[in-house]
Amino acid sequence: MANTIAESARKRRLRQRLREAPILAFLFTCALVSVVTTVGIVLVLLEEALLFFREVSVVEFLTGTEWTPLFSIKQFGVLPLLSATALISFMALGIAFPVGLLTAIYLSEYAPEGIRSTVKPVLEVLAGIPTVVFGFFAISFINPSIIKPLFNTDTIFTALGAAMAMGVMLIPMVASLSEDAMRAVPTSLREGAYAVGSDRFQVSVKVVVPAALSGIVAAALLALARAVGETMIVTIAAGGVSNLSWNPLEAMQTMTAYIMEVATGDTPRGTVEYESIFAVGLMLFLFTLSLNLLAQLVLAKFREIYE
Amino acid sequence: MIRNITISRGGKARRGHGFRRGRGAAFVALAMTASFLGVVVLAVLLITVARDGIGVLGLDFINSYPSYKPEEAGAKSALAGTLWVMAFTALFAIIAGVGAAIYLEEFARRSWITRVIEININNLAGVPSVVYGLLGLAVFVYGMGLGRSILAGALTLALLILPIIIVASREGLRSVPPSMREAAMALGATRWQAVWHQVLPAAVPTILTGFILALARAIGETAPLIVVGAFTTVLFVPTSPTDSFTVLPVQIYSWIGRPLPAFQENAAAGIVLLLTVLMMMNAVAIIVRNVYSRRSRW
Repeated sequence: MANTIAESARKRRLRQRLREAPILAFLFTCALVSVVTTVGIVLVLLEEALLFFREVSVVEFLTGTEWTPLFSIKQFGVLPLLSATALISFMALGIAFPVGLLTAIYLSEYAPEGIRSTVKPVLEVLAGIPTVVFGFFAISFINPSIIKPLFNTDTIFTALGAAMAMGVMLIPMVASLSEDAMRAVPTSLREGAYAVGSDRFQVSVKVVVPAALSGIVAAALLALARAVGETMIVTIAAGGVSNLSWNPLEAMQTMTAYIMEVATGDTPRGTVEYESIFAVGLMLFLFTLSLNLLAQLVLAKFREIYE
Repeated sequence: MIRNITISRGGKARRGHGFRRGRGAAFVALAMTASFLGVVVLAVLLITVARDGIGVLGLDFINSYPSYKPEEAGAKSALAGTLWVMAFTALFAIIAGVGAAIYLEEFARRSWITRVIEININNLAGVPSVVYGLLGLAVFVYGMGLGRSILAGALTLALLILPIIIVASREGLRSVPPSMREAAMALGATRWQAVWHQVLPAAVPTILTGFILALARAIGETAPLIVVGAFTTVLFVPTSPTDSFTVLPVQIYSWIGRPLPAFQENAAAGIVLLLTVLMMMNAVAIIVRNVYSRRSRW
């Protein structure tokens, strides 16, 4: 009697397990989707980029100073796209990093609760604004109302205008990541500094910021990665002509903006132009991946651990 | 007067109280200005957009198709496209995202596979959205033969927001106390039954909040959809997921690119519409969070 009850319980459990096996398999498949996505991205970029490099030598691609794939004389030197991407990204970071860091210091160390609870939601709203809107803001406000009177230029598209809009876009990211790092610094460290006679400025700048440095550096790296991959602002506001120049008042084309230029046109599959956006995409992917990995490394290696 | 003591260290006189106070005040002023810069820019941005767009915005704008005449152009097909794409994005992303989260949180043993999956989700969140567009173009548009369709766009966006949904869902599942699983399993439920009937319902508010915010992100995405072929003039309301499409941000971009100044007003009106939708979604997310957090059962 007892035996049969145990027997039927075991059978029931086996039946349940069999019935739930497909569910488990499905859940596992869902978890694999993210891995498959990464593998897919790498394979797709590599495959088309290899086709591209069959027609254009890697050396020509990496060292050429002319990028004219859509002209009749096609030249594939990626340097103009790279220099534009670097110039705009670093200018954007040059705006977003100091402003974001000061915002984080203020919110974490100084701001009364009332101001904190106003500024933080506003920054969240700013972070949620689509980049196409920032692009519009750059050409309808920043370029005509700030850059034109300030530098006396007539160009509609400028690298500086795009960088300023992008800088504003990145402020919330730098601010919130840095603030998280600063709030994780234990109060005892601040109290210790006060106890030996520091004032608030010294506590903030000489104690809290160094203690949160790994988080702040990681924030800067992540913001830079975001800037390198940002597409709509530069496509709209920086102009669509490749231009090897370090003059921020000129129009120039970034890597992402080139991908958009080809994507908005009618470029059939199998042409070298089509393949070229994957070669540029591969480069973009490698840059952003390295920056992200570097940020994670900084966080893991240089994190100050407190009890 | 303790205040006026200057401490000397190594023979070098320390700077006095007046200097310290001045430096402190200057720094606070600087930091405060920086903090309000974001607020000011947001205000200027909203005013610029509203000033340019409000005159155009109206029922006609919502109810008209794009046109080469700016005064007749509207966002009807773009709005319809956004609804179609979002419906499918939501469907794909919620199933795959919550499924992955349940697996990782409730079933996975600590093994190298789970570690690979976790590192991978972290890194996917940092991949530029335009690269997702390239993936969608090669795999969905050409590889699977979906063409420049709503389905191709929705699958691309679903992959893009998947990391956000997985992270939010895991957080939600983790916040459900283990005692709930143990209680269910003590009454004879299998692990899956415990998750499905007890844990998941308790985690819904967090998951839902993350899901709405992820969708808000997807609605504003422009670049990946342009790469998979949404940059076209659509003069009809799509009736099937295999139809070609455009979405609101892509339509805005296409207006921005027109030389006629009147189109800039259309772009601004489109932006007002887009921002209104986003604000509404954020409000819903906040309401969901507040309503459920008051009803918390443990």
